[in-house]
Amino acid sequence: MTSRPIIEFRDVWKSFHRHSGQLLLRAHVQRLASWRKPVERFDALKKISFRMERGESLAVVGANGAGKSTLLSLIAGLVPPDRGRVDVRGRVAALLELGSGFHPDLTGAENVHLNAALLGLGRKRLHDVFADIVEFAELADFIEEPLRTYSTGMTMRLAFAVAVHMDPDILLIDEVLAVGDHAFQAKCFAKILDFRRCGKTILCVSHASGMVQQLCSRALWLDHGDLLLDGAMAEVGSAYESHLKPAHAYTAETPRDSQDP
Amino acid sequence: MSAIEYPLHSVAAGAQQKWSGDYLFLIRNLALKDFRVRYRNMSLGMFWSVLNPLVMMGVLWFVFTKIFSNAIPHFAAFVLCGIVPYNLFTTSWLTGTTSLVDNAGLIKRVPVPREIIPIATVLGNCAHMSVQVVLLLALILVSGMGVNRYWWWLIALWPLEIVFVTGLVLIFSALNVYIRDIRYVVESATVVLFWLVPIIYPFSYIPDRYHEIYQFNPIAAMVLALRNILLEGVAPPASLLIKLTFSSTVMLLVGLFVFRRLRAKFYNYL
Repeated sequence: MTSRPIIEFRDVWKSFHRHSGQLLLRAHVQRLASWRKPVERFDALKKISFRMERGESLAVVGANGAGKSTLLSLIAGLVPPDRGRVDVRGRVAALLELGSGFHPDLTGAENVHLNAALLGLGRKRLHDVFADIVEFAELADFIEEPLRTYSTGMTMRLAFAVAVHMDPDILLIDEVLAVGDHAFQAKCFAKILDFRRCGKTILCVSHASGMVQQLCSRALWLDHGDLLLDGAMAEVGSAYESHLKPAHAYTAETPRDSQDP
Repeated sequence: MSAIEYPLHSVAAGAQQKWSGDYLFLIRNLALKDFRVRYRNMSLGMFWSVLNPLVMMGVLWFVFTKIFSNAIPHFAAFVLCGIVPYNLFTTSWLTGTTSLVDNAGLIKRVPVPREIIPIATVLGNCAHMSVQVVLLLALILVSGMGVNRYWWWLIALWPLEIVFVTGLVLIFSALNVYIRDIRYVVESATVVLFWLVPIIYPFSYIPDRYHEIYQFNPIAAMVLALRNILLEGVAPPASLLIKLTFSSTVMLLVGLFVFRRLRAKFYNYL
């Protein structure tokens, strides 16, 4: 097969309104009355271009508001770009805010059905993997209990289990590895490494933690919507860390100064 | 292998989002969710769905037979023929209108086709309102009016009403994302509608010049057709059925059109 990139961004722009949550009729009337005052917008992504080959693992680093989540939303197909082009050639499973489709009054099993259907799994396929999902989540004893009786860790385990059983080509991970206790985190991490070994494409967002460095071979550094650096994980990681250094150094030196006199 | 390919303009791009899944399985699960969540925390469950129209019917029956007298036979059944389609319509309209905002979490996290959410909400609501339809038919039988061959018409009539309200909900749920006051507009409109639908008065009381317009109101048409079939044992007039089919189809098409125009920016406003 010819190696077409599995993900390709070409000059992608994405901006959002700053409507500051004013969605009532009054705000709309005021805006019409104020005679074409330009709507304030901010650019979440500015002319971003990159491509990923099948089987690559990529980390996106950057401060809050750098555009990392917007980037994942575009790949997941949640929003269209304003300008440019996003091509995704494969089935995407997004581990973004796990369990957002869950309802507390439904049982674990009912939530698995609903969530799997939302993620695009058919009835037959779910029937085949349902037992695996429950086993992976280690919730066999509680699966018929309502979700509101679950602890946060149990809920996250269930959500993670559903998402990884979607058989995706591309896995999007948004700082969700803080799932459950240490044993379960290790299990999740092992599962993700498994995906990588199977030649799946992985894209994760993080503040450059150790786990991500271990998982990804390549990294993008975003800053206020600009793509600053695209290169090997080690290179981009160290550049980003040294960028963060001055701020840390300043706070660390303050107490020492006070001891000097 | 699927490809999400976006053209250069974002409005058109909104229409291109791909979701490769099992539509029917998803709609079924979403509708089941609404249904289960509604009843799980009620000790009396379905009983409430039956009680509401019964109370309404009792009050109207008392006022319009004991306080104001009238000559309409089987007045309780007559009123229930109005209340049940009215309830099905208004509860679907209200829950459907807020469905996108209520499910904002899903819309922002899963690329499901957005239409599915209002449609599943309407269907889930209809599933729960079907108890009231059963109540209506039971009351007809208890009142001594038997089954007649025109009952077959019911199989076509209820879906037409559901099609109509689905079209309407597609428009109002999309508008409610941009202007959150819409739900209050709908709440007021349902109160007005109670008096514009012949629930407590017969069609014959309406001045002739309004007859044509009245029949274009699908809820009024539905009530009239139900009374023809259940109370009078005659087939509803063809003109009525044609108008009902026409307005339901048009509403669904307009609803889909409006929804597709508005959905591109849902994400930014939810």
